[in-house]
Amino acid sequence: MFSLQGITKGVHTWLYSNMSSTTALVVECAIVMLLSIGLFAILGLVLVLMERKVAAHMQIRLGPNRVGPWGLLQTTADTLKLVMKEGLTPDGADKILFNLAPFVIMIVAMLILAPIAFASGFQIWDLNIGVLFVTAVSSISVIAILMAGWASNNKYSMLGAMRSGAQIVSYELSAGLSIISIVVLTGSLQISEIIESQRNGWWLFKGHIPAVISFVIFLIAVTAETNRAPFDMAEAESELTAGFHTEYSGMKFALFFLAEYINIFIVCAIGATLFLGGWMPLHIGNWEGFNHIMDYIPSSIWFFGKTFFLIFLIMWFRWTFPRLRIDQLLNLEWKYLLPISMFNLLLMAVVAIMGWHF
Amino acid sequence: MYTTTEILEQKIQVAPTGELQDTGDLVINIGPQHPATHGVLHLVITLDGETVKKIEPHLGYIHRSIEKMCESLSYRQFIYSTSRMDYLSAHINNHACAMCVEKGLQIEVPRRAMVIRVLMDELTRIASHELWWGAMAMDLGAFTPFFHAFREREKITDIMEESCGARLTMNYIVPGGVMNDIHPDFQQKIKEFITQFKSKIYEYDEMVTGNIIFQNRTKGVGRISKEDAISYGCSGPVARASGVRSDIRKLYPYEVYNEVEFDEILETAGDSFARYMVRVREMHQSISIIEQLIDNIPEGDFQAKTKAVLKLPKGEFYTRVETARGELGVYIISEGGTTPYRIKFRSPGFSNLSALEHMAKGGKLGDLMATMGTLDLVIPDIDR
Amino acid sequence: MFIKEYIKDVYSGVKSLLAGMRRTGKYFITPSEIITEQYPEFKAKLSERFRGEVVMPHDANNEHACTGCTACELACPNGTIKIITKVDLQPDGKKKKAIDTFVYHLEMCTMCNLCIEACPTDAIKMAQNFEHSVFDRNMLTKKLNKAGSKIREGVE
Repeated sequence: MFSLQGITKGVHTWLYSNMSSTTALVVECAIVMLLSIGLFAILGLVLVLMERKVAAHMQIRLGPNRVGPWGLLQTTADTLKLVMKEGLTPDGADKILFNLAPFVIMIVAMLILAPIAFASGFQIWDLNIGVLFVTAVSSISVIAILMAGWASNNKYSMLGAMRSGAQIVSYELSAGLSIISIVVLTGSLQISEIIESQRNGWWLFKGHIPAVISFVIFLIAVTAETNRAPFDMAEAESELTAGFHTEYSGMKFALFFLAEYINIFIVCAIGATLFLGGWMPLHIGNWEGFNHIMDYIPSSIWFFGKTFFLIFLIMWFRWTFPRLRIDQLLNLEWKYLLPISMFNLLLMAVVAIMGWHF
Repeated sequence: MYTTTEILEQKIQVAPTGELQDTGDLVINIGPQHPATHGVLHLVITLDGETVKKIEPHLGYIHRSIEKMCESLSYRQFIYSTSRMDYLSAHINNHACAMCVEKGLQIEVPRRAMVIRVLMDELTRIASHELWWGAMAMDLGAFTPFFHAFREREKITDIMEESCGARLTMNYIVPGGVMNDIHPDFQQKIKEFITQFKSKIYEYDEMVTGNIIFQNRTKGVGRISKEDAISYGCSGPVARASGVRSDIRKLYPYEVYNEVEFDEILETAGDSFARYMVRVREMHQSISIIEQLIDNIPEGDFQAKTKAVLKLPKGEFYTRVETARGELGVYIISEGGTTPYRIKFRSPGFSNLSALEHMAKGGKLGDLMATMGTLDLVIPDIDR
Repeated sequence: MFIKEYIKDVYSGVKSLLAGMRRTGKYFITPSEIITEQYPEFKAKLSERFRGEVVMPHDANNEHACTGCTACELACPNGTIKIITKVDLQPDGKKKKAIDTFVYHLEMCTMCNLCIEACPTDAIKMAQNFEHSVFDRNMLTKKLNKAGSKIREGVE
């Protein structure tokens, strides 16, 4: 059976038997770096194409279908175009911050990649505060957006960045609270343990009502956190042209664009890990036969399947709903999502203490 | 020292003492190249945070001096250029001009031509409202309705293409009637369209009207009272949303409008949602008008016999019609020659735009987009 | 009841959002609704009245029906048409006015159909060609009467 775990184990033992442990560690780090950069590139291409196809089909169009078979090479061609373009820096811009911002946003996205378990035993860094690490690091991305908005010396960018700041800071609360409600159930912050605790069923099903509520809140909050429509206040092209990245062009723009999609992937991966069992196949209680059949599907396919399902949901939101207004956006968070998620956390605590979950 | 840009953008103003001073306002330019303005409208907006303090429309980016051009064109020729004013209701513009010429020459238009004109008018109105519906949803950030609206609109443009020969700037109406007879498939096609339209219109409610986000974005936004709507000279759906009776088709019926039954849609709220509802309900009324007329197109000539060279008698002539955006008035002063001495178009968009500041002041930046979307501005109509 | 109102609000809001999502979701899974026309391979059939450009039909004997009366030139609001006439010597020795060149400026034409309406002999008509892009603007200025063509017998 195909298993990523076997490959990593094999590489690991081979490296350590042929080199000194320090060299082996360095080589392993290099491999991880290359792999994560490669993953980023591929994800960017795939997700952009997926978004365009999803959008097209919802809008009774065909979408890209000229470059390559079924338009598969369209995003590659787009990337090539962006690479060729000149990365302008406006005259009045704060040069250092302006050029730094796209890299900061990418670095943040890369950092969050660390604790995500892509398959059984295939994880960069299984640190014991995985979930906390993710919530902590993801909030840095707002700094990059503020940097970009401030440094552009453009009023649209400035407004977009300010909106984005208010939005991300507030939505982090309910995203955090809904994550915590799962942590309450598992009693651990470690990603691998959270996944392990779902061996006999995903938390979405095991935790029933409070888990479903926190899943919905999580989805809404992360949509807002990644600045996606209907919460794309930071860009809001009919109001602010392109918001915080109005002044960016060429590859610098591409990094922002890429980071948006990587962030979607990451938050969906976290959602899949917490609520849908990560790489854990669909197991139902102690139906041994059923569970065994499900185990035949490789764990990486389970993980990516779940993640892409969530990504599809977020794309579905984007292509259906109108945008909220900035004050309504904050109203939604502070008047609806936050009270509900706090109440839900309480409910979850009661459920966990009384052992009412399955 | 202040830069020219800063002064132009009114960031700097002249103080009563005569010195230049920084007002501390955040002035942003919406347009002339901006995704929200559907054209080259330029709004200079003073913001206080997210709140709009002042709106100043700058016009003239697409001014082609159509009125002046018409002075050198004959009475047959000038009609075509009015298609380029409010290009979404091009047919209705042509209609207004042809009616004015007919009024001057006292041409009796055959009944068949009148019915065809009204049918085309209502089709144009639906097509225009369809496009507005999609574009307004796009202003509010929903992209999908735009494409769905175009699906139905495409059917109308197909009908137009078949009978008139063009899809947008038809130039189908000539003084005395219409240019060609309707296509043999005309009635059939329209019936197909009505069936399709009726099966799809409920989706509009599902996707936009009922949507909680849309309702929150538009209800209570961009409100204008009845009195203000009258004093700003608003017309069309904008005025009717505030409860002003302004439908020219009802108040001053022309052609066969006094023989068909339809309601003048009136709302009282005067906000963006009311304007939205007026337009959506108007589409239903237009469908009803088409249904009443489509099987009753009388036989006869499609064009009255007219002289080769039209000469309006000396005098002043005024006609008005209800376009998709409001009241369009055509005012011709004739000196008795083959070309008009002066032509003035009273376009609905200009007056409606003038009420924008009143509507959107004090709202958020997002409200401005919602208000602008429901005003249904067509910039060439404002600038001409 | 504050709580009741609150829950009702949330319920109706979510319901309205789901209605929209159901609609777009339905379109997503029904590709038969797609209306895209793939242009260069599939060209839409234009109706016979579609106004693409002015052409002058010639018959098999390379004859047209244009008398050079300049009615179209006068009817055109944009000065799109320019007719250059010459004097032809008839076989019986009579002199007759005929067209030398029928110049048509496609770049200025707005397809208003007024010239076709004005033509007394139906010498010009609208063609359905709509792909007018060329590399040089000069190529948009066209000569409508073919080389060596003459007026059809009996057309006055």
